[in-house]
Amino acid sequence: MKYVDEFRDANTVDRLLDALRRRATRRWTIMEVCGGQTHSLLRYGIDEALADVIELIHGPGCPVCVTSAELIDNAMELAKLPDVVVITFGDMLRVPGQHGSLALARAAGARVRTVYSPLEALTFAEKNPQVQVVFFAVGFETTTPATALAVLQAERRNITNFSLLVAHVRVQPAMELLLQAADNRVQAFLAAGHVCAVVGYASYAELCRRYRVPVVVTGFEPVDLVTGLAACVEQLEAGRFDVENCYGRSVQAAGNLHATRLVDAVFEVCDRPWRGLGDLPSGGLRLREAWKHFDAEHRFPRSPLPILETTGCRSGDVLSGRIKPPQCSAFGSQCTPEHPLGAPMVSSEGACAAYFHYARTSCDTTASPATIECR
Amino acid sequence: MCLGVPGKLVAWLDRDPLLARGQVEFDGIRHECHLACVPEAEIGDYVVVHAGIAISRIDGVEAERLWRELRTIGEATAPMPAEDPS
Repeated sequence: MKYVDEFRDANTVDRLLDALRRRATRRWTIMEVCGGQTHSLLRYGIDEALADVIELIHGPGCPVCVTSAELIDNAMELAKLPDVVVITFGDMLRVPGQHGSLALARAAGARVRTVYSPLEALTFAEKNPQVQVVFFAVGFETTTPATALAVLQAERRNITNFSLLVAHVRVQPAMELLLQAADNRVQAFLAAGHVCAVVGYASYAELCRRYRVPVVVTGFEPVDLVTGLAACVEQLEAGRFDVENCYGRSVQAAGNLHATRLVDAVFEVCDRPWRGLGDLPSGGLRLREAWKHFDAEHRFPRSPLPILETTGCRSGDVLSGRIKPPQCSAFGSQCTPEHPLGAPMVSSEGACAAYFHYARTSCDTTASPATIECR
Repeated sequence: MCLGVPGKLVAWLDRDPLLARGQVEFDGIRHECHLACVPEAEIGDYVVVHAGIAISRIDGVEAERLWRELRTIGEATAPMPAEDPS
């Protein structure tokens, strides 16, 4: 496939790896923000190939993983209402809330469906006017144009049995939160390429300057990832802290103005609790007042469920990069993809699932805690 | 979640700014995608599709430039593939 196969070329990756190793004079700690990049790095063995010069810390860039348990409980309760169908992405189904999961709710009779696009949910609503369709809108900035377009099209096509349970999150506030932590070890970021395709990367310049950290916009194929890592190392070695775009074929500095116009028309920035990270100022998006009639929480008001005790899952530490998945005592024993305790073991982009899937199931504990390596 | 797949725009179906749709080909398989965010895309352009909507038009010139640059690290080899075989 064009623009995929050539960026998976093994010879090019090998040459880039060699050049990167030659440039590095020490071991650097770099965080890839996006869960899709985490999986690519592990799938292609890039983490192991560069273990002597780069420690990769896996970031919180899995929107399924950071969706609060309360919102998942809300979605389950909505799905149990008569004549309501909750539609969401397949990744969300098995993520545990506090009171079960959407998959368990469906098994018990609740109406839950999955789609690839919010616009498919809108089409389902149009074809089934006898039911109320609630789209559980999960995702980073990459996904928000599709959700905004669904709302705008619903208005245009006069589809009134469609609403949103909004769980959209914004990635940059999470990066800032990690940098502000007293125990932060991140020295450079790979910024999520497709988030930047939508919102651009100009806003990272201030973050780079304030925290003296390079941010490199990076794609998802192995050549892209090694190129991005090499750019981080080049900046770190040279003592520079700039925002740099290594995914120029898909990302412009200003992002996609058509997309951001759609999003800005429908959504506004809000504070949002992130699972594992806590309340994040400006960490989410909500419907603007003018679009409240599409807000499922407004359309179906209900009392919140009681908050339960948490399990032994350390997904918060995983999501903030404090530990690698195998350092959680539940990893691979009480917690597996078949019986997940936490969201990162469920989602196809979760770090725990990536470590389990690619058999990085033990840690080299001879390394110092700060440089512990998982294989 | 943020997976984006590059595909070639092969037909416009609707050019209304809000309802814009077209046929996009992925490795020989055609899907109908929403194109409201890439109104400038022309037949033959590649777009990145996420959750049923094109979020970016691929800059072929930039892709070619990067490809050539990367190929100069080590020995120069084959040129960038021109098209999908489909």
